[in-house]
Order: sequence, then C-alpha cells, then structure tokens
Amino acid sequence: MALRGDRVTLAHGGGGSAMRDLIEEVFTGAFEPDGMEDQARLEAGALAEPGARLAFTTDSFVVSPVEFPGGDIGTLAVNGTVNDLAVGGATPLWLSAAFIIEEGCEIALLRRIVASMKREAERAGVRIVTGDTKVVGRGAADRVFVTTSGVGVIPPGRDIAAVHIRPGDVAIVNGVLGDHGACILAARGDLALSSDLQSDCAGLGHLMDAILAAAPNARAARDCTRGGLASALNEMAEAAGVGIEIEETALPLRAEVKGTCELLGLDPLYLANEGRLVVFVPEAEAQATLAAMRAVDTGADATVIGRATEGPAGQVTMRTLFGGSRIVDMLVGEQLPRIC
Amino acid sequence: MRYVEEFRDPGAAKALIARIGEVAEAIGATREQPVRIMEICGGHTHAIFRYGLDRLVHEGIEFIHGPGCPVCVLPMARVDEAVEIAERPGVIFTSFGDAMRVPGTKKSLLQAKAEGADIRTVYSPLDALELARRHPDREVVFFGLGFETTTPSTALTIQQAAREEIGNFTVFCNHITVPQPIKVLLDDPHMLLDGFVGPGHVSMVIGTHPYDFIARDYGKPIVVAGFEPLDLLQSVLMVLEQIRDRRAEVENQYGRVVPEHGNPVSLAAMADVYEPRPSFAWRGLGEIDASGLRIRPGYAGWDAEAKFGIGYGARRAREVAEPEGTRCAAVMTGRIKPTGCGMFGTQCTPETPLGALMVSSEGACAAYWQYGGRRSPEAAE
Amino acid sequence: MCLGIPGRIVEITDAGRMAAMADVSGVKREVNIACVAEGDPAALVGRWALIHVGFAMALIDEAEAAATLEALRHLGEAQETLEQIAEGARALS
Repeated sequence: MALRGDRVTLAHGGGGSAMRDLIEEVFTGAFEPDGMEDQARLEAGALAEPGARLAFTTDSFVVSPVEFPGGDIGTLAVNGTVNDLAVGGATPLWLSAAFIIEEGCEIALLRRIVASMKREAERAGVRIVTGDTKVVGRGAADRVFVTTSGVGVIPPGRDIAAVHIRPGDVAIVNGVLGDHGACILAARGDLALSSDLQSDCAGLGHLMDAILAAAPNARAARDCTRGGLASALNEMAEAAGVGIEIEETALPLRAEVKGTCELLGLDPLYLANEGRLVVFVPEAEAQATLAAMRAVDTGADATVIGRATEGPAGQVTMRTLFGGSRIVDMLVGEQLPRIC
Repeated sequence: MRYVEEFRDPGAAKALIARIGEVAEAIGATREQPVRIMEICGGHTHAIFRYGLDRLVHEGIEFIHGPGCPVCVLPMARVDEAVEIAERPGVIFTSFGDAMRVPGTKKSLLQAKAEGADIRTVYSPLDALELARRHPDREVVFFGLGFETTTPSTALTIQQAAREEIGNFTVFCNHITVPQPIKVLLDDPHMLLDGFVGPGHVSMVIGTHPYDFIARDYGKPIVVAGFEPLDLLQSVLMVLEQIRDRRAEVENQYGRVVPEHGNPVSLAAMADVYEPRPSFAWRGLGEIDASGLRIRPGYAGWDAEAKFGIGYGARRAREVAEPEGTRCAAVMTGRIKPTGCGMFGTQCTPETPLGALMVSSEGACAAYWQYGGRRSPEAAE
Repeated sequence: MCLGIPGRIVEITDAGRMAAMADVSGVKREVNIACVAEGDPAALVGRWALIHVGFAMALIDEAEAAATLEALRHLGEAQETLEQIAEGARALS
C-alpha cells in the first residue's frame, strides 16, 4: 500500500507518484482494464455485423448527499449510462468513467464508490474500460463528481424510438414512482424528514431485454430520471406527435412518497427516478410485455398507466380520480417545497 | 392516508356533484348568469384545478379565485427588501420555497442566491432557528410569510428564540390577515360575489367568528372548508343551499379541524409577539388598513426590520406599480379570468412570470396554466 | 394558502421544548406541539394532528370527521337510490 493518508490532496492530481498510487490502488485495481495505455482497445466484433449500429452516450452525475439509502453516486453513474443505452434498444458493452475529486475527499469514500460501480457494472454485464481523475481545490466541487460515457450495440433491424409511438399504444412503467427523488430529499437532511424509503437506482438492461423479447413491436422506452415521469412523457408525446393520457388511479406510488409530497406540496409525477422506465407497446403485445417485465426483478411491479391518443399532439393529460382531466406539463425549474 | 383518502372518494364526489347540479338548477344558475363563489384561499384554488372540480360541477357555478395566496399578494418592494437583507455580509437568509421565485424589481431570491447570497429553503421556521443555533457567528433571518395559519409558527419560534436568548435570529415579518382584504373586496362596487368558501386552515387558528361580518353586514353566505375535494364540493353545496334558502350564515364544513373559537395557544402567541400595522401594501389591492402584522417592540431583538433598519421599520424600498400590461389586480379581484389578460401565456408564463399570480402554484394564473385552463379541451373548441 | 396534512403523533421527543415526532404516511418529522398540548404531552401519543410548517396546529376531532363522512355516505346512498329509480324508469319506458 503506497497510498498514504486518508484524504485526497492536490498532490493526488499533480501527475506524480501520489497520483499514480491513487489511480492504481483505488481505480484500476478495481476496474482491471486490459492494458495501461491511455485508451481502451476493444474488439469490434459485435459492431462488425452488417446493419448493426453503435450507440454512444454520456452523462455527468452530481448528487448531494453522495451516498444515500439504496445507492451512491457510483451506482447512479453506472446505471444512468447503462439505462440511457438500454432504453434505446442497445446492448450496453463498455463504459468510461471520469472523476472530478474535491481536495479533502475521503479515500475510503472513493473506494466505496468504485466498489459500487464495479458491482453495478458486473450486474449490467458492462466493463469499465477507461477513465480519468482530476483533483480540484476545496469548494470547487462537492466531494466528487462522476462522468460516465457508454458504448453499446443496436442489433440489425431494431429501431426503438419515440417517433414510432402510435395512438392506442399502451404505456407501461416498471414500478413505483418517485422513490429516488423522495429518498434524496430526506437524505439531504435540511428538511429533517426521515423514512424507510430507498432509492430505486438500478440497471434496466435485463428488463429491456425481456421487454424486447416479449414485444417485438415495442415502440419506444425512456428512463424517467430528472423531471420524473411527466417530463419523459412530454418528451415522447412531442417527438411522436401524439397525445398521451395517463390515469391518476393507475399510478403506482408508495405511501411514503405520497406522504413526502403532501408534506412538502410536491407532485410525484415530477420526482426523479433512477431505475424506472416507461415503455410504449402496441395494445396486442401489452399483456405479454407485462408478464415478461414482472418476471424480472426490476419489473416486478410493472403496471399499465395509460396510452397514446390522437392528440392534441404533444399534450400529456391525466384523467383524475373523479374522471376530470388535467394537463400534465413539463416541469418549470426545480420543484421547491412549498407551504402554501 | 387517514383523514385524506376518505375525503377523496369518487363515489361520494359524484353524489355531491349531482346535488350541486340540482340546487344550481333550483336557483336558476346558468353559464350566462352564474352563481359566483369566491374561494378565498390559494390552497383551495390549487385543489380545484388539481382535481378538475371547476369542470365537474354544474356550468352555472363560477369559481372566483381570491387573494389568499401570500406570495401572490406580496409586493415587489417587499421582495426587494428581502433581497437587500439577504445580500448583507454574514447573513443566512431562510425562506419557504414558495417565495424563492417571486420577482422583485431587480431580481428574485433565487437569482440573488445564484449571485452568491446565502439563501436557503427551509420547511419550518424552527429549522431556521436551528441554523442560528449551529451558526452563532452568522445572522440568520427568516422570511416570515403567510396568513393566520402560518403566523403562530413564527410567533412561537420567536418566543423560543427569546427564551433561549438566541441573539443571531430575526424574522422579516410580512404576515398578513384574511378578514381585512375580504372587506375591501366586498366594498368594491365592481365585485359581484354570491358567496364564499372560507379558508379552513386560517380558521383552525382564528375560528369562524372573524367572518361574521360577511354574513351579518354584507348578507353573503360563507362556508369554512377543508382542502380535500369532498370538503370543497360539500362546501360549495352548502353555499348554494344557503342561497336557495335565502340565508346568509357562517357555516363550518371543516369541523374535524376548525373549532368555533380557534386555537387559544396560537392566538395567545400571536397576540404576544405581533401587533397590527397601521396599514400594509398588497400586490394588486394596494394599501389596506390593519391588514399586516409587525413584531411588538418587546421582541425588537428578533425583528429584522428593526435590526437591519429596513422595510416598514425604517427605509422602505420604493413601491412599484404592476409590470406594464399585466392585469393582476383585475384577476385577483375576480373581474377577469387569467385568460382575459393579454400577457397570460405570451409574455407571462411560469418560466418568465411577470405577475405574482403566475409565480406560485397557488396563484390563479399558474394554476390555470399548469392544469390546462388555457389549453383545456373546452377552451380549444 | 396553507398546506396542512394530517399526521399521527408517535413519540414525545423533548417535552421541555414541546417537540414530538409525527408520522405522515410513513414519513417522520419532528414537530412542535405547543398548540395542541393540554397537560401531559404524553397523552398526545397516538393522536392525529394537522401538521403545518413543522407545527401540530390542531388535533383532529375524530367524531367530527366521522360525522362528516357519515353525511357524505348518506348522500352517496341517496344518489344511488335516485339512479336506480331513474334506471328503472328508463327500463319501463
């Protein structure tokens, strides 16, 4: 163990032996890249099939607190990028990971984050093949920021995209909504709330495999991250030029999420999720899709929440408890706790 | 959720809606000649839109959205003063989330925060007091906002600060009261109201008698209501029945929470800490006599106006008129619907609110926008 | 204005500071009970209160709540009967 001290200092970003020790002991020791060149060299076999397409995505992760019930920033960083690939119909293969580390960050925390990333990557069947670290002065970052990029392959003939959604298609979510957002609100501590809620953070690659096997004509899927289900549906309605109507009584919500929303005046439709997707399939394939989703652990609570309609194009509406109808708009700014 | 979900039962709602329709027919209410009921409280406005109640009840009932949204009636000058305090060195300025986006003449609290002021959203004034305990070297200021529902919470927090002799905590008091603006609305010759749905959580504190003048002096029915959809529908029915029977009374639909005489501990704390200001400015309504509260001299140590020499305490920010072209006052007094304002949905949207009614989700304009009053199927036809 | 939500008092956390833990649908938050305490605060454990900005502002009167619901239930039944009569009339005509 050449790594000295229990906190990251600016020396760990200086390019010298301290940096080498940090990278070797904390990062490459866990991720085991194939070589020590400054690039990953990958077999292109899977891509070489005629008609296959490369999917490439990137995402940055900042979260406060860095660790929370049900996960940490590492869990988010792997699953977030894996999910961006998976919901587009790609099989995720490789990830890169870049870390901006604040001076003073505990090395033990970095080890825990890296362990989370290794575990989630193994679960998802992806490899973290290249990476980078930078250290910034105190106050220039909030402990650690992580950026992951991901590469996957879309097999020949597969085309999953929001533009394919047609009126009558059925919308299915894979589980209860808003757990992550409500969990983070409580974990931040400044609202002094506590509950047993855990983040829903999870990789959705295997679930998408099951969906695509059961629904050969699946139209499109989105993961419902920032901005929640409402934002995902609005983006999809706009892209497809259809309306979407959801049923208030069909929305799966945990009691604790409802409680958080009632206390703080928030709308669960806008709470963030990190392991939830909404998928549109033709009505004829809806039952098979549901059954297939429920057979996967991340889809155990899958349920139909609504359907695409003739329009107005781009408009998402919700049939309320009493049969009234209201518009579900995009989120404006950030949801702030309100008292009135 | 107990005491919540029972009051959202669709079957009972259907029955209430049918009864409301019958009574509306009986008194001859039509779309052209509607019965106009003002829900005073912004929480009720929010619930009406959230559940689509305005579209479910008989077409002869028109909801007029009242002035009971504290951030909507907060003048820009008060926001300017809040920003000025927040930008002082050493200050931690705390506020409910509602006020963060309200525009001042130059900026909102959210913008001031982005420019470097230490402004934090809290859930409770007690959390602001806790911040003061944890940061004895900083000056923690709480933006005291709200009607009688919220006023006891800041009064009790100030009493607690006084008991513990916490010297680095103050309240920037902008508390306002419900009865006075109602009187102003009733005295307005343009105002044509047939009855009121009264604010249940305000009455939980002050009881039902402060509204006696509405029935006695103005001959209008008022029913104090809870906030679940069945509460609101039942209250509308009770108002209609009063109109049908030619009664004008103060009735209490929300008996499970509202005692006739209010809450004695809350009332005592308010009386101990606060006194009426001679007058207070309301956005859209102007200065209203005795409609605002200030901290009594005995608690001056916890009064941000006194400590910072700002606001009604001393140097007041310049009062400004409404942004050009907006008709906030007309909307707030029920003379026009939000859609009757030329700025609605064009220059004034939730992303770029010009008027305060677009800022808070309780504001009539934001509720109209969010829940589709403008783009409703009916409106589109 | 005035977002308020029923919660159950589950524990007195500091009787001196009038602090108690309230449970709102599985979410716990410490609240001040000065407005609802009469005598021994421990008697509040198990009671439902209306929670607003970290304060228990009023105890919920369970008898009144039951009475309101009962009235609503009657109205619902009456409506159902009316609908059945209307249904019957349609069937006969």
